[in-house]
Amino acid sequence: MGSVTRRQFLQFSAVSAAGLGASSLGVLGFSPNQVLAEVRQYKLERTTETRNTCPYCSVACGLLMYSLGDKAKNAPAEIIHIEGDPDHPVNRGTLCPKGAGLLDFVHSPNRLKYPEYRAPGSDKFVRISWDEAFDRIARLMKDDRDKNFIAKNADGATVNRWLSTGFLAASASSNETGYLTHKVVRNLGILAFDNQARF
Amino acid sequence: MALQSLDITRRSATTTPSPGVRETQKVAKLIDISKCIGCKACQVACMEWNDLRDEIGTNHGVYDNPLDLTDKSWTVMRFSEVEVEKGKLEWLIRKDGCMHCADPGCLKACPAPGAIVQYSNGIVDFHEENCIGCGYCITGCPFNIPRISKKDSKAYKCTLCSDRVSVGMEPACVKTCPTGALVFGSKEDMIQHAEERIVDLKSRGYKNAGLYDPPGVGGTHVMYVLQHADQPQIYNDLPKDPQISLLVELWKGILKPIMSLGLGLAALTGFLHYVTVGPKETEDD
Amino acid sequence: MASLAPTFGRGAMTNHWVDIKNANLILIMGGNAAEAHPCGFKWVTEAKAHNKAKLIVADPRFTRSAAVADYYVPVRAGTDIAFLGGVINYLLTHDKIQHEYVKAYTDVSFIVRADYTFKDGVFSGYNEAKRSYDKSTWMYELGADGYVKTDPTLKNPRCVFNLMKAHYSRYTPELVSSITGTPKEQFLKVCEMMAETAAPDRTMTIMYALGWTQHSVGSQMIRTAAMVQLLLGNIGMVGGGMNALRGHSNIQGLTDLGLMSELLTGYLTLPDEKETDYKAYIEKRVQKPLRPGQMSYWQNYHKFHVSLMKAWYGNAAHKDNNWAYDYLPKLDKMHDMLQVFEDMHQGKINGYFCQGFNPLAATPCKVKVGRALAKLKYLVTIDPLATETAAFWQNHGEYNDVDPAKIQTEVFRLPSTCFAEENGALVNSGRWLQWHWKAADPPGEAKSDLEIMAGIFLKLRALYQKEGGAFPGPILNLTWKYAIPSAPSPEEVAREINGKALEDLVDPKDKTKVVRKAGEQLDGFGQLTDDGKTSCGCWIYTGCWTEKGNMMARRDNSDPSGLGNTTGWAFSWPANRRIQYNRASCDPSGKPWDPNRKLIEWNGTQWVGADVPDIKLDAAPADGMNPFIMNSEGVARFFTVNKMGDGPFPEHYEPFESPLDVNPLHPKNPKAKNSPAARVFKDDLDQFGDAQEFPYVATTYRLTEHFHFWTKHTRLSAILQPEQFVEIGEDLAKMKNIKSGDRVRVRSIRGFIKAVAVVTKRIRTLDVYGKKVYTVGIPIHWGFQGVAKNGFIANTLTPFVGDANTQTPEFKAFLVTIDKL
Repeated sequence: MGSVTRRQFLQFSAVSAAGLGASSLGVLGFSPNQVLAEVRQYKLERTTETRNTCPYCSVACGLLMYSLGDKAKNAPAEIIHIEGDPDHPVNRGTLCPKGAGLLDFVHSPNRLKYPEYRAPGSDKFVRISWDEAFDRIARLMKDDRDKNFIAKNADGATVNRWLSTGFLAASASSNETGYLTHKVVRNLGILAFDNQARF
Repeated sequence: MALQSLDITRRSATTTPSPGVRETQKVAKLIDISKCIGCKACQVACMEWNDLRDEIGTNHGVYDNPLDLTDKSWTVMRFSEVEVEKGKLEWLIRKDGCMHCADPGCLKACPAPGAIVQYSNGIVDFHEENCIGCGYCITGCPFNIPRISKKDSKAYKCTLCSDRVSVGMEPACVKTCPTGALVFGSKEDMIQHAEERIVDLKSRGYKNAGLYDPPGVGGTHVMYVLQHADQPQIYNDLPKDPQISLLVELWKGILKPIMSLGLGLAALTGFLHYVTVGPKETEDD
Repeated sequence: MASLAPTFGRGAMTNHWVDIKNANLILIMGGNAAEAHPCGFKWVTEAKAHNKAKLIVADPRFTRSAAVADYYVPVRAGTDIAFLGGVINYLLTHDKIQHEYVKAYTDVSFIVRADYTFKDGVFSGYNEAKRSYDKSTWMYELGADGYVKTDPTLKNPRCVFNLMKAHYSRYTPELVSSITGTPKEQFLKVCEMMAETAAPDRTMTIMYALGWTQHSVGSQMIRTAAMVQLLLGNIGMVGGGMNALRGHSNIQGLTDLGLMSELLTGYLTLPDEKETDYKAYIEKRVQKPLRPGQMSYWQNYHKFHVSLMKAWYGNAAHKDNNWAYDYLPKLDKMHDMLQVFEDMHQGKINGYFCQGFNPLAATPCKVKVGRALAKLKYLVTIDPLATETAAFWQNHGEYNDVDPAKIQTEVFRLPSTCFAEENGALVNSGRWLQWHWKAADPPGEAKSDLEIMAGIFLKLRALYQKEGGAFPGPILNLTWKYAIPSAPSPEEVAREINGKALEDLVDPKDKTKVVRKAGEQLDGFGQLTDDGKTSCGCWIYTGCWTEKGNMMARRDNSDPSGLGNTTGWAFSWPANRRIQYNRASCDPSGKPWDPNRKLIEWNGTQWVGADVPDIKLDAAPADGMNPFIMNSEGVARFFTVNKMGDGPFPEHYEPFESPLDVNPLHPKNPKAKNSPAARVFKDDLDQFGDAQEFPYVATTYRLTEHFHFWTKHTRLSAILQPEQFVEIGEDLAKMKNIKSGDRVRVRSIRGFIKAVAVVTKRIRTLDVYGKKVYTVGIPIHWGFQGVAKNGFIANTLTPFVGDANTQTPEFKAFLVTIDKL
């Protein structure tokens, strides 16, 4: 009897008046054991908890990220849930709709997985290796820098700048990324350098 | 000891009493509409925690999205632009979802044994493995909350995160709420919290501020603080005095005893046939 | 940030998120904190619930912030200076100012040069051809001792107080109402509410964001608000401040680290090409006090600069080569993003890198940006997500109608990690450097930005080693002492940023005492030297990773004062100080203005309290060292002398696309209709629409459900707001026969978008200078990559014009027309 389907139910209730009768199934001897129910198991029980900061706005809410596995060698971590860090003085465990949905950012189908290259005039990206990417980019940069580097301006003053390549940095990247990027970009002589700070 | 982590006080279509000697704390979620910014973090947290993803829909010319509750959206924000006082626009944003009635119409209406249970802490939970998809819970619900899934023909709604509450945590929507418009705790504490909020709102000129804990359904375990408690209907048709439908009450209140006295009609015969002879096998099921 | 620094000395949110709970009054204007910063907005709801605070929202739209406000006033997009200038006028004419504060801690008594003038909307020194000012007359009168002349009686007509009073006397409530469209009585009600916080024990906090920044006069809007706060004595106070709510998670960090055309780290500045002499370059930046007894902290400039050059170039930077001064490129002009896209459009740029930045979507005038990118030889994008910029050459129908065959740009799309897959620090609006930890590996072959930058740099360096080439010195000598050169660890880089002793450092007062041994991490920027004995990547961050370890990873959230000042949580620059200028929370004698909100106080021998004092610890109040220690005056500036590009006092100018024919403040001077010094390129001048063809005021913004152009890749966010829409008021909808849910086309002179219409009571028709003004609201979040429904890039519509100080584009006020499809 554990498997009365909707159709079967409708079949027999169809011949009953006004769909009643059902309420009395219990009276007729149903054992509560069969209908005992457990709540859904708490899904984070043995997951690994890692603390992070929300990457969206500048409130910088504290996050708890829960990943599958206990960091054992044979179980690569996979993030399954993200919620607010209750210890964080600003967000105190709360997250806005964007932050609460971060799991789908981490696992977005539009995350990029491999370096890709689009040739002049082509209508598609093709996968390349990191080595190929770095080699080709470095070559393009060096050729452009060597050709267009300005050591002295019209007045003869030393200016040591490279204006024909520019760099836009990301105001969502970490301090360490920002600093290292600045260090590399500036010492090439690049002045066309900016980030979202103006925005 | 019971097998389940939360004590059950009632289950649908079952009259055998549940173990009842333990007295557990009644819980409640309080939704303070005067603090709600309609950010929908609760909608996201609900879907994320419960591993649900609703459809990516379309814009209907309003902020509400998804436009209505679904089997995958167990809560939605409903936006209303009203001028209670002429010239003073208010954007009332109500988080809609299961109210977890103390006297749950869905449970009363449900004919499937154990498909709907009420825990002693007040949470009304659906156990879809027992659900037969008849939709009576929708008829029984004075707030029009449950939704039947097209995928599995079972009814779904907010569980008040019974899985989180059972391990001592707050529901996902409450935890995430950026402004503290959602709070969770013992029902007693929530009523007290609401009273403080009402004093504050009255001091700001909302003279009809009040708590929504409708007696027609025995009170609820999800309550609202309303700026205009005298007019709940302006909050996107929140019912002023919700009652369980007469039909369901009749069924439970009058017809059941009649049935028990053996005055059942065709249903009873049909059912007796079913339990004595066995189900009639059908091939298309 | 180019408005707070000229006023107070540092460019950053003065207070911090949790402190907002201490406010008595909160003004949200030029921002929409409930939607853009919901979890920070929590502290507004806390202030209301537990501090009986009131919330005012002024905005062209009735936003979700307004939904929980005590008082909402509509204001026409782009007229905030008129509104706030009117508030200044109200406070001065009704004498509702914190007199003692204003007299002691601001420049009101300073005497301004006689040749500074303001006539017909234009300041002295204007050069129309260059669209810029010669700012030499915007200066104080200096005495023979080199100090500014003052008149403490405030009687001198040339003192800042009287100049300011005269300047804003024109901003009458009637004129303000006429310009802004805010009904006069509502404007006055706001003035009255603000004026109450002139009491020493009452504070207002102002929360703003890109709604002020993104105007051709954005910096000056912020300045005007900062002036209001100074008049009310609300800076340096618990529950007060100018709280700049920054848009991105580490925009504060990237600004601090100087990733901009003209900056080095820690607000040090790059030399101009005219600065050929190193000594002069430094001397110009080492600012001597302009009043007696003032700290003038930039006196230490040289120490910070030399330590940075040591961090970058090690032994290759030494005294004899002026610490590798030649390695620094010298500026010919500003190369901000608008300038770069202008140059790119003209074919002057060959290569471009976009690291976590999607300019095709995020920059004004999408068509121009797309054309500019097509002129590149190579484009490299580094991003965790597929961006529109990386796909600018792909045809996406009317969303991106291009022919790939005609675009010759080589494009590299490099996958980077996201936050969850790396360690590192982000700096929030409240200047907290917070460390975060990796939870999982990135998908596929994605690499961290550190590895990608290292990968490119090491290949390039190898090429220079092998082939030689143009000016290889800085490339070959750049310090790169990371354990794994191809993968510098965030921890190594963080330690480099903090700085260390290169030789033993001795206590200058006791030469026998070694403060830090060679190789040790420094405790604070006070230990930096200008003789090459210290290295430091960013001086304002010194203290973030000391010998005690990673201070950014600290997690003690205790709050002993109850004011939300959790000094044991993470690390806050400068020097772990949480509320900037907190010396101003005390009266001149060192007693807190409000004894119930005591942050710091003078205990007779030193400054002590719940926060790190923003003053020399043993500076006795009687000695008169003032709270604004970064300013050489020691006080905050109403009159910003030569620090702003478009005037020492803010003045209202119309947006470049305005529904009005004139600036109502200067109806007879067409040159003063728009900001005379705003950044406009010649070719773009004829790209402005006029009100005949484009009669409606448009403004762009974020919705709370989305973050910029990222979350359209996120299913959970896409479910909440799946499809592009625009918002209009009921009057305009009626005129145009548009109903909610209809599809409409919104057109500016630069292009069009199509979207669903949301018709709302929340956008009002405004009465402005004798005409009706209708606003069209345009959320920005859609594009042609993502899981949300494809949409048009909203910046197809926006104009290519920038603020005179920050070059920030005018996204917030322009003209469009709208039609039902």
